Amino acid sequence: MNPLDLLTFARGSAMNWALMIFLAGIVLRLFEIVGLGRKHDLSRARTVTTGSGWRTVFMRSWPAAGMIKRDPVTYLAGYVFHIGLLIVVFCYAPHIDFIRSMTGLNWRGLPSTLVDAMALVSIIALLVLLAHRLTNPVKRLLSGFGDYLAWGLTLLPLLTGYLAFHHQLFEYTLMLSLHLFSVELLLVLLPFTKLFHSFTVFLSRWYNGEMAARKGVVS
Amino acid sequence: MKSPIKSDVLPGTVGEGLSARGVSRREFLAFCTSLTAMLALPPAMAGVMAEAISRARRQSVIWLSFQECTGCTESLTRSHAPTLENLIFDLISLDYHHTLQAASGEAAEHARIQSMKDNDGRYLLIVDGSIPMGNPGFSTIAGISNYDMLMETAKGAAAIVAVGTCAAYGGLPGASPNPTSAVSVGELIRDKPVINVPGCPPIPVVMTGVLAHFLTFGSIPELDAQGRPRSFYGETIHDRCYRRPFYDQGKFAQSFDDEAARHGWCLFKLGCKGPVTYNACATTKWNDGISFPIQSGHGCIGCSEPNFWDAGPLYSALSMPVSATSAMLEGAAAIGAAAGVAITWHNRKTKSAAKAAHETVTVQELIREDK
Amino acid sequence: MSANLSRGINAFKEVIDAPVASFFSSCVHCGLCAEACLFYTETGEAKYTPIHKLEPLRRIWQQEYTLTGKLAKLFGLSKSVTDEELAEWEPLVYDSCTMCGRCSMVCPVGNDITYMIRKLREGMAASGHAPPDLIAATTRAVNLGSPMGIKWLAVLAQIRHVEKDTGITVPVEQADVDYLVLMSSMEIINFPEYLAALSRIFKQAGVSWTLAQDAFEATNSGIQIGASDLAREIVSRIVVAADRLRVKCVISPECGHAFTALRWEGPNLMGRPFGFEVKHILEVLDELSAAGRLKTKGHDQRPLTYHDPCQIARRGGVVEQPRRLLNAVAEDFREMPDAGTMNWCCGGGGGVSANSRAEPLMLQAFRHKKGQIEATGVSTLVTACANCRIVMEESLEHYHMKVEVVGLTELLAQYLDEDKTP
Repeated sequence: MNPLDLLTFARGSAMNWALMIFLAGIVLRLFEIVGLGRKHDLSRARTVTTGSGWRTVFMRSWPAAGMIKRDPVTYLAGYVFHIGLLIVVFCYAPHIDFIRSMTGLNWRGLPSTLVDAMALVSIIALLVLLAHRLTNPVKRLLSGFGDYLAWGLTLLPLLTGYLAFHHQLFEYTLMLSLHLFSVELLLVLLPFTKLFHSFTVFLSRWYNGEMAARKGVVS
Repeated sequence: MKSPIKSDVLPGTVGEGLSARGVSRREFLAFCTSLTAMLALPPAMAGVMAEAISRARRQSVIWLSFQECTGCTESLTRSHAPTLENLIFDLISLDYHHTLQAASGEAAEHARIQSMKDNDGRYLLIVDGSIPMGNPGFSTIAGISNYDMLMETAKGAAAIVAVGTCAAYGGLPGASPNPTSAVSVGELIRDKPVINVPGCPPIPVVMTGVLAHFLTFGSIPELDAQGRPRSFYGETIHDRCYRRPFYDQGKFAQSFDDEAARHGWCLFKLGCKGPVTYNACATTKWNDGISFPIQSGHGCIGCSEPNFWDAGPLYSALSMPVSATSAMLEGAAAIGAAAGVAITWHNRKTKSAAKAAHETVTVQELIREDK
Repeated sequence: MSANLSRGINAFKEVIDAPVASFFSSCVHCGLCAEACLFYTETGEAKYTPIHKLEPLRRIWQQEYTLTGKLAKLFGLSKSVTDEELAEWEPLVYDSCTMCGRCSMVCPVGNDITYMIRKLREGMAASGHAPPDLIAATTRAVNLGSPMGIKWLAVLAQIRHVEKDTGITVPVEQADVDYLVLMSSMEIINFPEYLAALSRIFKQAGVSWTLAQDAFEATNSGIQIGASDLAREIVSRIVVAADRLRVKCVISPECGHAFTALRWEGPNLMGRPFGFEVKHILEVLDELSAAGRLKTKGHDQRPLTYHDPCQIARRGGVVEQPRRLLNAVAEDFREMPDAGTMNWCCGGGGGVSANSRAEPLMLQAFRHKKGQIEATGVSTLVTACANCRIVMEESLEHYHMKVEVVGLTELLAQYLDEDKTP
């Protein structure tokens, strides 16, 4: 099979299946979670409160006082990775184009050189996070196969994209195919791993903020 | 007054032919210098090439045309003045070519057979068009199937050049659903080197370069993994495109002839396949170096790549899926919802069962009797 | 019928709801919850990581309520929750967790780990994996009416002392009054000044109140051990009395989890909203003060600081009230670091102080509170939870610190301007 045929497959039926499984998986998992429901809280909620579910959805991204000092690596590398990833995924013209073809939404991207720098920075942050996960006793205790799988699934698209962009390792068309395959793998497994937090983080923060707000506490 | 080629020009050689056509030594050397550069050879080779070519006997060439549109021939013959492209016709003795030969019918076929006999083991076989394997009747010449003619003529060929994407990779006839079961030359000829000169059509000077290389060195130039001469097909359009800075800056045309397009910005979003297409269009260009598709405002369609017709819509960017439809996504979401409803039902059943199985905890039952 | 594993697993299945599923789905194993938990920060033991304490519940959720988990279970690829595991987890769940809620405040993905610990305890208790001391306390609470075994007669004895000290009659079994007052065992035994203070404050404020003979105990061992059936039994005594006496409001005393039990869990345990309000004593005092019905004179000259009891502040929403009240009677009120909703637990809440096995760990955890107090440089620590009070008094003693712990209501009463009648 020549590189262009492989790319056509990666852009074609492989992408179709990946997108379908991704979408079906998200919907299924959301039903699976929300469908469990929760009992209506019969206690009287406080009427005067500055807290809310929505507030926590946004403000929980700001670290609680004193926490950065206790674990600067997780916060710093975590933020750098997430922000870098979001810039790479959502501010690179070809990616925006991909989203546009699926949703019709469109927006201006950033210069490719800047996105390229962000990709490198994200990869470095991921490496730092892996090292930390392997050496920090708390993280070591908590981590298992799922965590390392998620790490790999996240690294591969960044790495293959970076290599393709820079014409490294393999010939461009092949490298681009590998990039697409790594993205497809990520899409297919995302709903069924801890990577699903990319969706449930909003729900969890909302529950947290709402439950605290009815008690008059901003969480 | 142009001085002709050196007086010690040998009869029956290329040099003789050039001299007869009034091509001066200086012009010829200039041509060879250009060719040397395009072949990525050292500058000193220009003189060696000039010498070798002028001494060479005009190379016997048999040109077989199968399932083709004649576009490759059109490209090669397109010229308004003696050019490098035309040089090919001074270097060769085109013994058989459907469109360009004077003879026709039995006389033409006789010329082919004769040339094969006279130059056995030394003639160059050039093929354009794909070969149908579905039914020999899909494409015949003088009642002979393309396949039979190819295999017969290939036997005594010194080298075989598959010109155009059809001959090199199956091309348009080979595109889905490939009703004639068209195949490329390379899929049929396994015992001899096949040089692929793809493109739809190919850049004419590539032909000239391949031939010049053959005449100078008696060998075929270095080929890439797809059988293409590396010197012409070693880089992608994207890597040599003059609009690349706009790609890097994120400046794209959104639609044909919009403001950005008129600024000459990158055509990636309009489906340009430059990044995955290996050819010399961005450097050598077309029509004597006048322009190439991107410069004229149309994205590269990837015509020198195998199966490019099936590589997705021409106007869909490389970053877009080829065949995903909203129906697929809607269907997937619906399936997810159905599965979700099913699993919610099951979850709730589990939970109600647990609730029903609840045994009220009393203080006596806080202690394990078996602890 | 005894406690057994299947009852425990059944309880786990019962308590899992959408928030729990969302929380477990969101956890990325970042370990930041450990950095908020004083049991981890003061010991460095990774096993005290809050989310790690929930592992048995997480596996039940995965195996019973997720498609991938159910499939794994079908193919024999999942690890069942066993008695051995629950036994191993018992000290993690009960000794190294006070349900203080700090972890829920810092989790980047928004998990309310405390919410889940409370639910986990349902299964721990039902399977017989609760600490023996807690089981004993709960048994006394249910059988005798109070976890320390105190009965009405003992309370009556304290009432007589208080009446003698204050010269004010303590109302008992009075119907149609403003407030039903509850007390915690700790107050009845160790801090009778609370009842005395209330008597004087309420007299000055002109508030009508009463005690109930069959519902004087505010604490709820059922909440701490995590058995809702028992928590319901205990809280229902208060609800029945409050309904019977037709009070407008029930006052939760200076106790942390008692407030949680009545104010937030109560209606849900009873399955119906209350016909009366529930307020913490600090809320009542603050309201009285704002209405001008609480007149004080003079200021305490001692530099003092305030410890926020977890269930009252972070998990209860009573944060500003103690500060307003303290500022009215204190000259030099200093906040400790992380004061307010991010304050650190005394280490003894949620059943830990009743669990003698947990004492060494509790004392080790207290080092954080010790540091906070030292940072203020004070020798007087004010708080509004009798359990925090006793835990801190004992811990300060253990560390040879000369710091006095004072209840806020009691302190207020000291500066009551009793000459003025509003």
